[in-house]
Amino acid sequence: MNTNLNISNSEYDDLISKKAQKSPILKNIFFAFVIGGIICMIGQFINDTLQHYGISKEHAACFTSISLIFLGAFLTSINLYSRLGKVAGAGSTIPITGFSNSIVAPAIEFKSEGYVLGIGANMFKIAGPVLVYGITSTVILGFIYYIFHYMI
Amino acid sequence: METFLTYGSVFLTGGIICTIGQILIDKTKLSPARILTLFVTLGVILTFLGIYEPIVEFGKCGATVPICGFGYSLFKGTVKAITENGFIGVFTGGVTATAGGIAAAIVFGFLASLFAKPTIK
Repeated sequence: MNTNLNISNSEYDDLISKKAQKSPILKNIFFAFVIGGIICMIGQFINDTLQHYGISKEHAACFTSISLIFLGAFLTSINLYSRLGKVAGAGSTIPITGFSNSIVAPAIEFKSEGYVLGIGANMFKIAGPVLVYGITSTVILGFIYYIFHYMI
Repeated sequence: METFLTYGSVFLTGGIICTIGQILIDKTKLSPARILTLFVTLGVILTFLGIYEPIVEFGKCGATVPICGFGYSLFKGTVKAITENGFIGVFTGGVTATAGGIAAAIVFGFLASLFAKPTIK
């Protein structure tokens, strides 16, 4: 093995991409599709059940999110969600359970650094950017919406 | 039969959204954090353009459970608050509509971290 690699950055990138193991894309897509679909169906089932018992459409939607967030947090805390993630990929990241996982996982991981600077500060490591960009884009587009509908 | 069709469209819509995410991860090396951020922002923009509402009508939870549904709720809440309260709704609407989810995520996250033990990877 030649350890004295005297090559440029781009050559190195080419070398790495050749050596890197190709992930089986079709298999990944299949599991992402199926597991993502199943999580959404669980959400629909919770939503339908709540509405069946007379809870209004809006509240049922809110409770569905809360239930799925609870489910994501619970499965993360018993270390099952990361195992699901290895198979499902984006199928477990994209649903709201994955958002919950992105909050709980760093909270557990950084627990040893303390309750305030460990759990408190690291909880929003991934979810923070989601909220920053989500809320910023909403306010900007909401402003445009307001101008178009009420000013012009 | 109707239930079967509903759950079929939920499965299809949710599956397709996750598939788009998976293709992005495999093809572009975007990290999951970036994918989540991208999808929320896309959800907001598509709702603003009026494209996401028909998707929600067809896919129901298949469109609202994926994280772009979070963006959908954010913008939908903004529109509702603007209609009800005027200009202040631009700032209050989005977070009001998603407050339940955000509070739940914080509380369950905190409680889970109290009880769970970190695992060695």
